[in-house]
Amino acid sequence: MKYIDEFRDRALVRELSGKIKQISGKEVTLMEVCGGHTMAIHKFGIPSLLPENISLLSGPGCPVCVTDIRFIDRAVALSRLDNTIITTYGDLLRVPGSSSSLDKEKAGGADIRVVYSTLDVLDIAMNNSNMKVVFLGIGFETTTPSSAIAILEASKRKINNFFLCSAHKVMPPAMGALIDEGIKIDGYIGPGHVSTVAGAKMYDTLTKKYKLSVVISGFEPVDILQSIYMLVRQLENNNPRVEIQYKRAVTYEGNIKAQQMINEVFEPRDDWWRGLGVLPGSGLGIKKKYESLDAEKQINVHVEPPAEPKGCICGEILKGLKKPTDCKLFKKTCTPAYPVGTCMVSNEGTCHAYFNFEN
Amino acid sequence: MCLSIPAKIISVEGETATASVGGAIINVGLHMVDDIKPGDYVLVHTGFALQKISDEEAKETLKLIKELDDINKEPD
Repeated sequence: MKYIDEFRDRALVRELSGKIKQISGKEVTLMEVCGGHTMAIHKFGIPSLLPENISLLSGPGCPVCVTDIRFIDRAVALSRLDNTIITTYGDLLRVPGSSSSLDKEKAGGADIRVVYSTLDVLDIAMNNSNMKVVFLGIGFETTTPSSAIAILEASKRKINNFFLCSAHKVMPPAMGALIDEGIKIDGYIGPGHVSTVAGAKMYDTLTKKYKLSVVISGFEPVDILQSIYMLVRQLENNNPRVEIQYKRAVTYEGNIKAQQMINEVFEPRDDWWRGLGVLPGSGLGIKKKYESLDAEKQINVHVEPPAEPKGCICGEILKGLKKPTDCKLFKKTCTPAYPVGTCMVSNEGTCHAYFNFEN
Repeated sequence: MCLSIPAKIISVEGETATASVGGAIINVGLHMVDDIKPGDYVLVHTGFALQKISDEEAKETLKLIKELDDINKEPD
């Protein structure tokens, strides 16, 4: 078994689509909160396999999309410093800030490098000991351990020119905030890889407080349809709770070793989300113990006041209130080649997925 | 960003491993996982193995689809 082809089986997809239609009666709205799911749902045409009474919404699950403009502005300011190398994952380069982007700064001569892994960043730091090497860490529970490992390794190997600028976030506060805002969601297609690290236990409070259904899903069409089947079954039976469809990778407890690394390095703090504002306890800051490697504490920069792009409705799209096709800029001034808003930047963004797959 | 891919471990060298993704060879950090050996499949995200993939659970998931006929029959 290679864990991809088996879960793209045409006959199984057809069978699941039929079975969902058989059991589904209620009008239900399901939201996915993972960029990987957004992309897969549109790529595989999942909405066309569902009855009309099931609506799918995309939520704030793409790390690039939810990254606040203030973080991009800080990154731009850091990139303008002398003797500084900025490192990050590829997507962040094209996210527009208030007046610039990392892409533009790179074109202007800033030393900005795209990396595959945080271990590459440590190599860059060791090979450039006279430079400050800053890693821009974004992402949820899936990506946070990689940043934690970089801090722990840098600390162990005494690499003192490495700095982390953290925009890491945790998912449950955003999932709760949408319900608090009054957005009608009956169930969440739970993020598979976030849950691989954090475990299904992460949603216990959420399901208890809001009586919500959550089914943690894999990323292939069979996974997603089976998860939708499980959500519909819960909703038809009035039995909301947390279930795991993606059992080949997710357990109730999650990856304890990764969680320990995160807890060793990071602590919760309030953080900005694009479209949602500040959510209490939703961000991860670096603990005092490792503050010598914290870019926010160690490198002072002047950050310009934030200015959101005019006409962009990414905030409402991230909350599931509007669709990309409701935006005046969509496919006109905002395209994957020249994105105005964050949702058009990453191929996991809702606008980017609509641009590619919904015609 | 949320993308993680299944990779087959070819060899383990301390805290890193060499793995194959559909024939492409990549390096994988094993800092978060224990007891990984050649032949295992792991989920790789940003250069690190997040978790070993359970073959047994994968087969069970596919089997369950065949047993979905009764709406009231929910797993415990």
